[in-house]
Amino acid sequence: MKTVEEIKAAIEAAVPGAGVEVVLNPGASGQHSLRLAPETATAVATFLRDDAELALDFLSNVTGVDWPDKEIAEKVKVKRTVTKTVDGVEQTVEETVDETRRRVEPGYLEAVYHLFSVEKKSAAAEPVVLRMRTVNRSDQVELPSLTPIWRSAEFQEREVFDLFGIVFTGHPDLRRLLMWDGFKDHPMRRDYVEPDDFEYEPTAHDAVLARAAAQQAASKAASQAESLAQEGPVGGQ
Amino acid sequence: MTVHAQDGEKLEGWNRPRLIEPAGDGDLLEVAMGPHHPSTHGVFRMDVALDGERVILLKPVFGYLHRNHEKIAEGVSYLASMPYTDRLDYICSLTNNWAYALAVEKLVGQEVPERAEYLRVILGEMTRIVNHSSSIGFLIQEMGASGTPLMYAFREREKILDLFEALTGSRMMCNYMRFGGCRVDATPAWLDGVRKVVAALPGFIDEFEQLLRSNEILMARTQGVGILSPQLAINAGITGPMLRASGVNYDIRRVDGYGIYNRFNFRVPLGDHWDVYDRFMIRMLEMRESIKILEQALKDIPGGPIMDPKAKIRGFRPKPGEAYGRIEGPKGELGFYLISDGGPNPYRYRVRPPSLINLTVLEDMCLGTDVADVVLIFGSVDIVLGEVDR
Repeated sequence: MKTVEEIKAAIEAAVPGAGVEVVLNPGASGQHSLRLAPETATAVATFLRDDAELALDFLSNVTGVDWPDKEIAEKVKVKRTVTKTVDGVEQTVEETVDETRRRVEPGYLEAVYHLFSVEKKSAAAEPVVLRMRTVNRSDQVELPSLTPIWRSAEFQEREVFDLFGIVFTGHPDLRRLLMWDGFKDHPMRRDYVEPDDFEYEPTAHDAVLARAAAQQAASKAASQAESLAQEGPVGGQ
Repeated sequence: MTVHAQDGEKLEGWNRPRLIEPAGDGDLLEVAMGPHHPSTHGVFRMDVALDGERVILLKPVFGYLHRNHEKIAEGVSYLASMPYTDRLDYICSLTNNWAYALAVEKLVGQEVPERAEYLRVILGEMTRIVNHSSSIGFLIQEMGASGTPLMYAFREREKILDLFEALTGSRMMCNYMRFGGCRVDATPAWLDGVRKVVAALPGFIDEFEQLLRSNEILMARTQGVGILSPQLAINAGITGPMLRASGVNYDIRRVDGYGIYNRFNFRVPLGDHWDVYDRFMIRMLEMRESIKILEQALKDIPGGPIMDPKAKIRGFRPKPGEAYGRIEGPKGELGFYLISDGGPNPYRYRVRPPSLINLTVLEDMCLGTDVADVVLIFGSVDIVLGEVDR
């Protein structure tokens, strides 16, 4: 089995300008991953599948990860000049103060793919992990779909679209998988707020009920008119 | 087998469902099979477009049982999700436990004592027998043999579930594995009970197989139906008995050799015709291989602790990192993907459900067949809706 560095070198030799980065995993599992640039991801994925040496023909797992905006507070020492009155004389002094600087690291959505090789099965106990990042979490959430390359991504990318809101361009049938079609939010995001009323589902019921009420009113009016017409001759007698 | 040597592999759209042209110019009949169809054993819907009896289009609809298992698991500690994994595929709770424990053990680099590994193998293989025998029973029931084969399967299943209950306290929701071992130790009397049940199993499988294997109706209905080519099966991520029925030699017990599977002598049965009958036969043969593994494990099981004494139970906080662990579940590759940020709860918890992913090719297998065969093909996939919808 090739290490991630070797796979990266193989990709860069085959796909010029691939822009692949190695993401090290600090944990005990030692499953390092490769971050693909969305522009070249399809070419890289096709290479990984069709390369005779790697033969990563089996895409096992596709999932999303939400990394929200992170506010990072850092303490920095700042030198500044201040005018102070020292011993009755106004002087300009330089002093060092601690200042807390806050910056917001922008969040993103990430799609993670776990690949194995069926053809070279003896060498593939650990997965090859691919990752892709969106630009942000709100309006630029497109990533290229890998479903044309590995069919197993079809339902799983639909699930990621449904629960995380990553839009996979090039997916043949991108609809919600688990939530219903009228659902608005993406429940697996970290900042998802559950609705107060769990029972309410915006299904067709409201429209059906409105139509039924209108129909009932119409039939009531018709029956009233009918009974009036029947009473008419009775009253006349 | 060289999978990539096939021509047409690289043609665009080769792995998509083919287009079926309706004969004549009549209207198509759209049928919603489900969500409460008797054959789906759960709440699952297939939107089918029919031209007479022929299937022109089939779209599965999911989510009736969706409860966002993953989100719930991200809100509780690692151990608190263990009982909830039982409820994914509620027929095989012990293999679900095992896959989750394996993924967490990979995440923290935890070793498992010898005896616990043997207990896991024994329970995992018994779960496989439970699953395969009842899934065969369901398949035959969907063909119209209502009850008899299923009751034969359930009779044996009950004997195994009694053993599960004696050891773990629960027939189906076992909640038995822990990170670094198992929850309670097996007594010698329990192991003797297992030996007794396992010794009687080959007789049951002989009887079951004799009853079904050469049945004329079963052969007529299942042979040549629902063919799935190995190229498509690999590309669509199909795993488990379905993949092996398509002739692909890929068993994760062999490939990864997780746990102690390298020590056992067993064969991997493969299909030759890639149809529903092969899927039925593969399950039958896999039960026999499971019995072989059980016999070897019961002979070799050592004494000793069942939990790693150094395993941390209270204040369990894995170091930041991630891990993907997978096992050969009875239905296919069951994997768990975990990301830790150093906190007590997983930052990301993902289940790789074999049932859902094996349904990817349902449309491909059903197109052009009669609507009556859809029920059979669906039954041969072997799914549990608790795992499909999570």
